[in-house]
Amino acid sequence: MTAPQPTTTSAPGLASSGTGRRRFSRLAPYLAVTPFLVYVTVFLLYPTLIVVAGAFTDDRNRPTVSTVRILTESVYLRAFARSIELSAVTAAVGAVLGALLAWAVWSGPRDGPLRRSVMAAAGVLAQFGGVTLAFAFIATVGLSGLVTVFVHDHLGIDLFTRGVWLFDMPGLLLVYTYFQIPLMVLVFLPALDGLRPQWREAVESLGGSGWEFWRYVAGPVLLPAFLGAALLLFANAFSAYATAAALISQGSPIVPLKIRGFLSSEVILGQQNLGKALGFGMIVVVAVVMTLYALLQRRAARWLR
Amino acid sequence: MGYLELREVKKSFGGVLALDGLNLDLAAGELVSLLGPSGCGKTTALRIVAGFETADQGRVLVDGKDITGVPANRRDMGMVFQAYSLFPNMTALGNIQFGLRLRDVPAARRRQRAAELLELVGLEPHAAKYPHQLSGGQQQRVALARALAIQPKILLLDEPLSALDAKVRVTLRDEIRRIQSELGITTLFVTHDQEEALALSDRVGVMSEGRVEQLDTPARVYREPATPFVAQFVGVTNALEGRADGEAVVVDGHRLPADGAASHPRGAAIRLIVRPEEIRLSPVDGGTPTALPGTIVTQSFLGPVTRLTVRLESQDGQLLRVDVPSAEAERHAPGSRVAVEFAPRSSIVVPA
Amino acid sequence: MTAPTPDVLVPTAAAGRRDAPATPRRHRPSAARRLVLGAFGVLFLLPLFAMLEFSTRGVGGRSFAAWRAIVQDPDLVSAITISLELAVLTVAGMLLLLVPVATWVHLRLPHLRRLIEFICLLPLTIPAIVLVVGIAPIYAWVTYLLGDSSLTLAFVYVILVLPYAYRAIDNGLGAIDLRTLAEAARSLGAGWPTVLARVVVPNISGALLSASFLSVALVLGEFTLASLLAFNNMQVTINLLGKRDAAVSVAVSLAALLLAFVLLLVLSYVGRRRGSSGVTEEG
Repeated sequence: MTAPQPTTTSAPGLASSGTGRRRFSRLAPYLAVTPFLVYVTVFLLYPTLIVVAGAFTDDRNRPTVSTVRILTESVYLRAFARSIELSAVTAAVGAVLGALLAWAVWSGPRDGPLRRSVMAAAGVLAQFGGVTLAFAFIATVGLSGLVTVFVHDHLGIDLFTRGVWLFDMPGLLLVYTYFQIPLMVLVFLPALDGLRPQWREAVESLGGSGWEFWRYVAGPVLLPAFLGAALLLFANAFSAYATAAALISQGSPIVPLKIRGFLSSEVILGQQNLGKALGFGMIVVVAVVMTLYALLQRRAARWLR
Repeated sequence: MGYLELREVKKSFGGVLALDGLNLDLAAGELVSLLGPSGCGKTTALRIVAGFETADQGRVLVDGKDITGVPANRRDMGMVFQAYSLFPNMTALGNIQFGLRLRDVPAARRRQRAAELLELVGLEPHAAKYPHQLSGGQQQRVALARALAIQPKILLLDEPLSALDAKVRVTLRDEIRRIQSELGITTLFVTHDQEEALALSDRVGVMSEGRVEQLDTPARVYREPATPFVAQFVGVTNALEGRADGEAVVVDGHRLPADGAASHPRGAAIRLIVRPEEIRLSPVDGGTPTALPGTIVTQSFLGPVTRLTVRLESQDGQLLRVDVPSAEAERHAPGSRVAVEFAPRSSIVVPA
Repeated sequence: MTAPTPDVLVPTAAAGRRDAPATPRRHRPSAARRLVLGAFGVLFLLPLFAMLEFSTRGVGGRSFAAWRAIVQDPDLVSAITISLELAVLTVAGMLLLLVPVATWVHLRLPHLRRLIEFICLLPLTIPAIVLVVGIAPIYAWVTYLLGDSSLTLAFVYVILVLPYAYRAIDNGLGAIDLRTLAEAARSLGAGWPTVLARVVVPNISGALLSASFLSVALVLGEFTLASLLAFNNMQVTINLLGKRDAAVSVAVSLAALLLAFVLLLVLSYVGRRRGSSGVTEEG
């Protein structure tokens, strides 16, 4: 007895009778998606539009580029420069150290308690909240922090001879790196998982050593993922606000804090839309970085599927 | 003394015994398949030969030399994995050259050799393609070429065809055989597909639970199985319960001649194993003392043969599978009564 | 040397995918690896330990006064409650919004996939600090219509969790053969709501759990929007409190970090158990 031929179903294959019903069932999915689109428009797209449009408007609601041009003044340029520098440095350090930690975790058992704990901890530290981390560091290297007191009492060193750096850029560098490393682990570990054990064994069977495996195969294959992750770290640091807001209550060395200034009505007459212009500037920077990230991700995915 | 030998190899993984004193020997230039169900240890054995696992006990010898302790990257063996082993960041040519690059072969020379191998596996137009641009079958050809590029002493293949489509599998299987005999390279091939093993090999090693049950030519493994496991694993079989009686087996009152019954004590409970193509059906009503009565239930057209299922009137209505040449299939209509018999030497008798 | 997992002995078929059986990875517990893990361990645990030390300082020894103050300070308690309620609301909103959309994209609207994915990735490109500038007028309307409870933050929090939640749910839907399941249910007479509730949701429960936990973590840690829209949530209150009484702030920060850690750790065990039932092949 031969097996019966399977009947082919046409995509989508869900029968509906009658033209009225058919038209409804064709439209129905679009109707289902509409609430989502409306919601996103109200709470995401429209606000973004407000910011972008506002950046190109002057005080009398006329289109202009003068607001954006003010951004090229040294005050704001320096803020962008500092933001970019902070993001770049913490992204680079975070990427290298994070990749190292990711490798150490990845070499162990995949479902083991170590890996799970590290991933959970990384998830918390990367996502959770600049405020909690700011206080963590105040407790560690703040004026009466554990480490400050320890090195003062036992080693006679005063951590703050050159000023209280925790509440300025150097502090941001330190705390940002503290959450960049876990973010790198979160983003890069899956890439390491994509390394197939057969590649390593193939290299060995062809006479290669571990070092040659990393140099000729794993390194090149992981490079797009590594660079992409570094870019993600950059965007993350650039957009960050909470940590800086918690640590720096006076003054605004970086762009997000400058925007804070404009929102707490320290607004200079004639420049109300400057906050929006700054926001627009931030969107541009992050969009460029994220586009590069997306391109690198596509290459990485092709090799590490 | 073979070219490749495994002696009393034992291997456990966390308390589970994978290999239980495995013995294997391959002559130079021979292609031996390790055939067995999942979990029988065939892949473990291969990986121990390759050096990716170390045996707990026992030795591996190549050309008389003990290589048990030699690390994998110094064993001079070529390995083809089941899938995903091509380096994604290199082209087909780049992959093939890789082993030569590691040996500091000058660029021109290795490109030439890689091109030769690419031609050997029939893929010259695809030299500059990346693995993700190649089909499964093409990838495995490149993997084979890559393994052969370094002119290894031994070629190891770990189920290289299992992840491929049926048609590609058959074509590639013949290719592998052709290349292997052309080059005369000693080859160990692991598979769970019997047809593959029987078609490809000089000898087949049927494995079960960490041991080799029989290591013989395909024909002998098929026709003269050494153990019940081999008999039932290789090919399709029918099994009847009965008692030994000299040179025959008594099955539900019928005395069926079977040469193999002589070696069993008279009256012992045995199982009679016979293959579908060895059974003869005659349209005798009611059967004979030496043939079992039954009724044909279904017919399945398989191309060159047609497989019939016959319900016996004894043995609790057991269904037998019987193969007849398709040209004769008309004679055996479903519903007709038949007598089932087979030649005395075509059955195997094993303890029940 | 730890024994490698016996993957070769029992090859499991991963649900749906045609994979090569995993060859056991040789774990080389090298000294380098242990050193790296040890160094990072110290580095990351130090601030947490410092938080514990800082928050338990008392006159002449250790004191848990700061920790007790957490439950005694009415502002803090109400802020924590609000944050927890916000978490629940956000998860509900996220599920209600995303599950139907993600399902429909998979089943009927594959051509909209790129658009939806782009929209769900947008919040990553619009920093919260920029979003708050544009959303202030929207929230003026929201508070006008619904009052000025901090719980209205849930609306924008759903947007913030979109990237993570959508990716989790999308992956979950991709791992099951959604089309076949839906067609099987439909051919047996189920209407679409039934398909969603009885077929889709139970089969992606792992992904939904993951999306929910990530959302909770994000909501509990959110500061930017709450602070700049002048609402009160846990992080805002911690920050304000810090100026007054650093020890309590540090204590509650540590508590929040530990709670979130436990949450995500539990998730990793639950998620694994659901997704790992492989099928063993015999003979």
